[in-house]
Amino acid sequence: MHTESWQSVGPSLDECIKCNICTSYCPVASVTDLFPGPKYAGPQSQRFRENGQPHSPDHSVDYCSGCRVCNEVCPTGVKIAEINARARAHMAAEEGIPLRNRLLGRNELLGKVGSIAPPLANFGLHNQLSRVLADKVFGIAQDSKLPRWPKGGTFGKWVKKTQDQRLKSDKKVVYYHGCGTMYYEPFIGQATVAVLEHNGYEVIVPPQNCCGLPLLSNGEFDEAEKYHDNNVNKLVGYARDGFDIIGTTPSCTLTLKEEAPELLDKHDADSTDLKMAVWDIFEWIRERWEEGDFRTDFRPINMILPYHAPCQYRAHRVGKPALEILQLIPELDVRESCARCCGSAGTYGYKKEKHLIAMAVGKELFDFVAVQGPGVTMTASDTETCRWQIELGTGLPSRHPIEIVAAAYGLYNLESRQLTN
Amino acid sequence: MHKLQTEVLVIGGGATGTGVVWDAALRGFKTILVERRDLTHGTTGRFHGLLHSGGRYAVKDPHGAEECIRENQILRKTHAHCIEDTSGFFVVTPEDEGDDYPEKFVAGCNAVGIPCSEIPVAEALRREPLLNPRISRVFEVPDGSADGFLAAHATVNAARVAGAQIMTYHEVDELIVEERSGERHVVGARVHNVVTGEHIVIYADIIVNAAGAWSGKLAAMAGAEVVILPSKGTMVAMNHRLVNTVINRCKMPSDGDILVPSHTVCIIGTTSVTVPNPEPLRIEPWEVQKMLDEGEKIVPGFSKARVLRAWAGVRPLFQETYTGGGRDVTRKLALLDHSQREGIKGFLTITGGKWTTFRLMAEATVDTICEHLGTQRPCTTATTPVPGAEQGNYWVGHRLHDVEEQRLQGDLICECELVTRTMLENAVQRNPALTLDDLRRDVRLGKGPCQGGFCTYRAVGILNEMESAGNWNHDMLDESADTMQWNAAHLQSPAHNLTRDVTAGNGKGHSAESPTVFNPNLLLRDFLQERWKGVTPVLWGRQLKQERLDELIYLSLMNIDHLPDDELASPVTDFYNFDTTPGPFEPEPKKVG
Ligand SMILES: Cc1cc2nc3c(=O)[nH]c(=O)nc-3n(C[C@H](O)[C@H](O)[C@H](O)COP(=O)(O)OP(=O)(O)OC[C@H]3O[C@@H](n4cnc5c(N)ncnc54)[C@H](O)[C@@H]3O)c2cc1C
Ligand code: SF4
Ligand code: SF4
Repeated sequence: MHTESWQSVGPSLDECIKCNICTSYCPVASVTDLFPGPKYAGPQSQRFRENGQPHSPDHSVDYCSGCRVCNEVCPTGVKIAEINARARAHMAAEEGIPLRNRLLGRNELLGKVGSIAPPLANFGLHNQLSRVLADKVFGIAQDSKLPRWPKGGTFGKWVKKTQDQRLKSDKKVVYYHGCGTMYYEPFIGQATVAVLEHNGYEVIVPPQNCCGLPLLSNGEFDEAEKYHDNNVNKLVGYARDGFDIIGTTPSCTLTLKEEAPELLDKHDADSTDLKMAVWDIFEWIRERWEEGDFRTDFRPINMILPYHAPCQYRAHRVGKPALEILQLIPELDVRESCARCCGSAGTYGYKKEKHLIAMAVGKELFDFVAVQGPGVTMTASDTETCRWQIELGTGLPSRHPIEIVAAAYGLYNLESRQLTN
Repeated sequence: MHKLQTEVLVIGGGATGTGVVWDAALRGFKTILVERRDLTHGTTGRFHGLLHSGGRYAVKDPHGAEECIRENQILRKTHAHCIEDTSGFFVVTPEDEGDDYPEKFVAGCNAVGIPCSEIPVAEALRREPLLNPRISRVFEVPDGSADGFLAAHATVNAARVAGAQIMTYHEVDELIVEERSGERHVVGARVHNVVTGEHIVIYADIIVNAAGAWSGKLAAMAGAEVVILPSKGTMVAMNHRLVNTVINRCKMPSDGDILVPSHTVCIIGTTSVTVPNPEPLRIEPWEVQKMLDEGEKIVPGFSKARVLRAWAGVRPLFQETYTGGGRDVTRKLALLDHSQREGIKGFLTITGGKWTTFRLMAEATVDTICEHLGTQRPCTTATTPVPGAEQGNYWVGHRLHDVEEQRLQGDLICECELVTRTMLENAVQRNPALTLDDLRRDVRLGKGPCQGGFCTYRAVGILNEMESAGNWNHDMLDESADTMQWNAAHLQSPAHNLTRDVTAGNGKGHSAESPTVFNPNLLLRDFLQERWKGVTPVLWGRQLKQERLDELIYLSLMNIDHLPDDELASPVTDFYNFDTTPGPFEPEPKKVG
């Protein structure tokens, strides 16, 4: 148990003035009575949770999706989502973690196992029978959208295979791709490499592992700490050498930048050096563009594109850089969603008891997409679980903004999700 | 005029008086208790909340220490649900080093049987991570945290079940003294109902003065002299618990050396300043500063944490002869038999002591009553748990747990302290309560971070609704079968309040003839004023932000400074006003002795 981390929420809860602004914004509390809201679960309940008590007094905090909308709106800066995450970890330490949550927390492991024999794994995971079983036995919602393992193998395999074709340059960046890109969506990584190389950057893809966020949100702090330490060991050298480390999944980069150091009380020099070097890809691109070091030789893309900035992205507090860059593409009509959350919030939407809540939360976003008219053929969002959720809720394909940029350079096919060369 | 006849009349509804009425009723005496306000309106409602192990007195007052440990062990059984088993540490901070106090302390504990064991500093820090890491020694003793409000209710609850009558909002104006064959006898008391103004005479065989710091005044009514030296103690409550164990400094007792976790807050205290009168009590800036400075020695960073409010209580220190004031005088219990002292029969004064020893004080008092009335009836309070004790100790999360189990989130009126609407309604009707401040004592309404910011208007709305429907009026003050069956333990627990019974009123009373206390505007103003009084001494930082929001709600949005009935005051309003007597800036007074 991270006792110290448990204690450190005190100063934050002291900031709460009970205004309930967070309660009126929380996307989960808006759709279900099962979750009494951020103020209740966070600073309010925290006064009743103490070390050495018979047991955790409350369980409804488990319904917090971790979207951090509350943190964003709180006028006094209470770290509500963190208080909730810690309460969940406390509960997990006390009551044990259900197998289902252990599975969901280890998407890297699942990704690895499935990648050994993708067709078999896909069949195993996606047939009707196993979904029913997963639902009944583990509580993994039958209707949630699980990822598929791609035929062509992992992103890592592609990097190795195309080693000789990769650009060598004095301008270098380090790419933190995360597990989603590694095992399920290697094409996001390919599009990223293509865009960066188009701008004259050599892309270094170092060994790395899961950022640990799924573990953190399921309350497995000790495990998450191991993952985080591994990443620090593997990546801090690059940070020290002055490389920018960029990532395409905002939740992963947020974890490296802020969540892991904060929740795990990692304030050592290594963690801090790493966190200072990590960028979200569009945050980084916008910076290059502002310096005049980003190419805008875009081909027009004539379509309406509803874009949803994931809640974890907003938690970076960097504005909406992907939106700014997408708007540079001629003829592309980007429509910004102001929905609070897509509902999936990482692994939340996969849990049987929360799936319907996740869909209800997402409705705001799905409705927004629907009213953009029948001409809409796809949507865009930065985090994979958001894209999967939006696909499930709208029936339309969803793309990472980097895929759109790669397509605008003429390097990438948005339909087949393949590089065009 | 209404007349009542009883065997024993107890004056004062603090820990001592409630203890006496309980003991007397259990021994089969017909007993009445009168209290001029709500139960625990006096010192008992303003104390530090420590169930003493006796450790604090182990060196200086072994006899007092022995009483504490014995009573501590008894109350843990008889009043289990009024106690949190926090345990207690005596810590040697860098400021406390350099003498042999720790050795004397251990010897003192051993001598009177206080279980005391030295534990490794690392172990103490593991249990209390915020504790000053520079402490050098830690001793563990069986201190506890006590809910004095609930305990008073539970005690009178037990007394009622045994046939006693409890009359709150009844003030003694005069004692009736008669000459009988050359001897002075106190035979009764003239009492008035503070709410209705009705006068009552209560005749009794024996009268017990348990009026705490006011007992000198009461004694004077009988022509007896009791010199009480009121000693003010200021305490500061922090917004949340910084420790879960009672932390005492291991040194000669002085100011600000105890930190007590109490429900959702922790309280540092106290100062000790002789004052001319038990009320009103003004809190001086140096007192607050002193508490924060001392807190800093126990928990580094203490003074940066959010402060909730400050308040003061007054110790009824009894003086045989006045010798000058302070902590060193006497906190021992004083049972004064005025027939022996001044030849005044039928009148006893019981004062001094501690909350922890209230049962013992009551036992001594009722033993003397038996002697006076010429009967022998053994005391049974030590072995008779009060209703609710069967629930066992409370713990800080219990309310949240109840709210979660029963899914009462939508029913919360006071969100900070988790008071549900049903808890409030039940407390109003069965308790009975007259003001929001009474409800604060009963169910913790408005005690949390926002200090009534969001619950005051809600609670007033509910009370007004109940009053209009005839479900709340001054007749509620009378004893009823309903009240008798009502288990005071239920006041504290959302889980016990599932049956909402607002139709159970006596159907009487409506705004037109109701006394002024039922005026909703007044209720609102009085309570806000009461909360405001405790926040003003600590108005900086986060609590200032909070008050700014509260101010916007009440002054800007509800315009409460311009409500109708602006001039209205109830008989209880005065208490919430500030002491505006211009006083010199009081520097920290020099210690005597
Ligand atoms: C600052 C401070 C901190 C303390 N901390 C602790 C602690 O941590 N642990 C502990 O064990 N002890 C503590 N004590 C001591 C303890 O609080 C008191 O000893 C105890 O509460 C006294 O109770 P009481 O019933 O004698 O007096 P009170 O509680 O003062 O009761 C007297 C009652 O008499 C009523 N009354 C007065 N005049 C009349 C009248 N004319 N008619 C009818 N009713 C009348 C008053 O309204 C009052 O309610 C503390 C005391 C102080 C001052
Ligand atoms: S993190 Fe999201 S779901 Fe959780 S309390 Fe905050 S707003 Fe609500
Ligand atoms: S928005 Fe912030 S200050 Fe307001 S209730 Fe929520 S946590 Fe408290």
